[in-house]
Amino acid sequence: MRDVAVIGFAEAPSVRHTTGTTNGVEMLVPIFREVLAQTGLSRREIGFWCSGSSDYLAGRAFSFVAAVDAIGAFPPVAESHVEMDGAWALYEAWVKVLTGEVDIALAYGFGKSSAGDLRRVLALQLDPYTVAPLWPDSVSIAALQARLGIEAGKWTEREMAEVAVASRAAAVSNPRAQLSGNVSADDLLAAPYLADPLRAHDCAPVTDGASVAILAAGDRARELCERPAWITGFEHRIDSGSLGARDLLTSPSAASAATAAGATDVDVAELHAPFTHQELLLREAMDLGDATRVNLSGGTLAGNPMFAAGLARIGWAARHIISGDAGRTLGHATSGPVLQQNLVCVMEAR
Amino acid sequence: MKERAAVLGTGQTHHRSKRPDVSIAGLCREAVDRALADAGLDITDIDAVVVGKAPDLFEGVMMPELYLADALGAVGKPLLRVHTAGSVGGATGNVAASLVQAGRHRRVLAVAFEKQSESNAMWALSISPPFSMPLLAGAGGYFAPHIRSYIRRSGAPTHVGAMVAVKDRRNGARNPYAHLRQPDITLESVQASPMLWDPVRYDETCPSSDGACAVIIGDQAAAEASVAPVAWIRATSMRTEPTMFSGKDNVNPRAGADAARALWHAAGITDPLAQIDVAEIYVPFSWFEPMWLENLGFAPEGKGWQFTESGETEIGGSIPVNPSGGVLCSNPIGASGLLRFAESAMQVMGKAGEHQVAGARTALGHAYGGGSQYFSMWVVADTPD
Repeated sequence: MRDVAVIGFAEAPSVRHTTGTTNGVEMLVPIFREVLAQTGLSRREIGFWCSGSSDYLAGRAFSFVAAVDAIGAFPPVAESHVEMDGAWALYEAWVKVLTGEVDIALAYGFGKSSAGDLRRVLALQLDPYTVAPLWPDSVSIAALQARLGIEAGKWTEREMAEVAVASRAAAVSNPRAQLSGNVSADDLLAAPYLADPLRAHDCAPVTDGASVAILAAGDRARELCERPAWITGFEHRIDSGSLGARDLLTSPSAASAATAAGATDVDVAELHAPFTHQELLLREAMDLGDATRVNLSGGTLAGNPMFAAGLARIGWAARHIISGDAGRTLGHATSGPVLQQNLVCVMEAR
Repeated sequence: MKERAAVLGTGQTHHRSKRPDVSIAGLCREAVDRALADAGLDITDIDAVVVGKAPDLFEGVMMPELYLADALGAVGKPLLRVHTAGSVGGATGNVAASLVQAGRHRRVLAVAFEKQSESNAMWALSISPPFSMPLLAGAGGYFAPHIRSYIRRSGAPTHVGAMVAVKDRRNGARNPYAHLRQPDITLESVQASPMLWDPVRYDETCPSSDGACAVIIGDQAAAEASVAPVAWIRATSMRTEPTMFSGKDNVNPRAGADAARALWHAAGITDPLAQIDVAEIYVPFSWFEPMWLENLGFAPEGKGWQFTESGETEIGGSIPVNPSGGVLCSNPIGASGLLRFAESAMQVMGKAGEHQVAGARTALGHAYGGGSQYFSMWVVADTPD
């Protein structure tokens, strides 16, 4: 198999509300410029572009079509789009590089969640005949999962709060995070419930944002980056769409993706966990031990740009290698209600 | 380093304006089960699933592949959801092919669908993007000026559009799955049908359909293990350009021409007219047949209409276009591109039944979308190279 590495990554500031359009162009143009500058590439050297976004988030059919304006796609480009997080766009781009058709590919994701009521929008991901008409929103469904875990002895409200404390503390060093700071679990636990047993700190914020990463093969990667983050495993799986048919205390798709990707002896993991208890659940499902440091960026709890946050996790995991801070890292992305679909990308320095 | 890939089987639904007899899952599974039967496979033989459809707002379900995971046999497997506007069905086939060509999987299921009766597709397409001209009254309103421009530039006689409609609807009458099957349609009846978007008349317009299509793509070992004939994927190609920009040629868009050039090059085709036996081209409004014949390089610029007028695009002509009846007969938007790809494969597998082009060995599948800005294509043949 061809050697492929992540050689660049950039993300837009995670903010509660941007004034730009739902096309993402205003968020994408600056980060395209940033990631190309990191690698010294011009946009004409990108052999394949792939994006991830959602029409429903934008509230308009074909919302991603205008995002190609951010590329400057004339002369025309080889390009594709997934109606998924940008992490899966990176997967499609990686496959394209593996075929040998191109040496350099760029993946991006964007989402302007402030355009609608995110909790209710996400309810439309559920079975349209039997579940969605009841409008169970994403926070309430996650609360049911958190409650199940508490009653099964998997985690406590304090352990959940500690996840938020660690996220905010780590995010202090991330200038583009939406939430950061030094807080105590006692203070967080004094807050009222948002959806029992979840408090505000247990839920990722509503965020507008975007992210981008560049892949390169073999010698091209070595030329463009001093310490490429070589991909050694890249896998994704999906679980049932029927909430009642799933064991919500674990994530079979995350576990099998991690196993298939060879996610062992990882120094740093960036996990896409939109709720505190899901970080605990994912650590267990992916069998990440205490030696693995988790979410040094602050993770999704510090900023959750829909359809970009998963790609940003992989980007951060690569950045830890590119900067020399880690030798072997893992980036994870999730999609769908309560961790239905999961992707794992394992990278290492050479 | 690229592995060979081949179509092992195809399946499609009976396309209708409304399929109230099935859910979205039932619609997809109807196509999937036919594809599995065609390939002689079981759903457990599938390693990964690629789902394509056009905007989620057509059915009112956000990312419906999440709910469809069980029905598509995807649980525990990788599932990708592609969306590249109207070209998405073609992109779905190409992405599924790339998963095999990259050596990731042995057998991949590509599924594309649209259940347009769940909403009103014309108004779902009448959108007002920020900073852009609104797309008034559906796709026909958007594309009609481009067609008028083609007629003015090429000097084509105005009956050519109606000729395409007659050919495609009569071809559709030979296709048991087609939504519109009109063996008795005539040039006069098409020209007497109501004008919708000048010069596009009612009978020159694609229908709004409920339908799905499935294609199973396998690696060389899977293809060689197949008892039934397979369609080898010789090349795939995709290109994108912005919707609107100074200098955009909506009649002969460069993204389509570039995609075709790359496709012919990768497939080793130097003279598409001589080397392609049959083409399934995305023609949602009749006039796009001559326009795309030129854009694809089958005809010199301004001469595509002469191929249509002289009957060369009929079954039995030098370049039969849309023997299945094409998009003019069945248009479940998200599936329409994959239907073109599947029908091209069926032709080289010799499985196209009454609309089979005799002796077809090399075929083109083509799709486009957005404002004539997304293009996806493939070439399939009865031998690997």
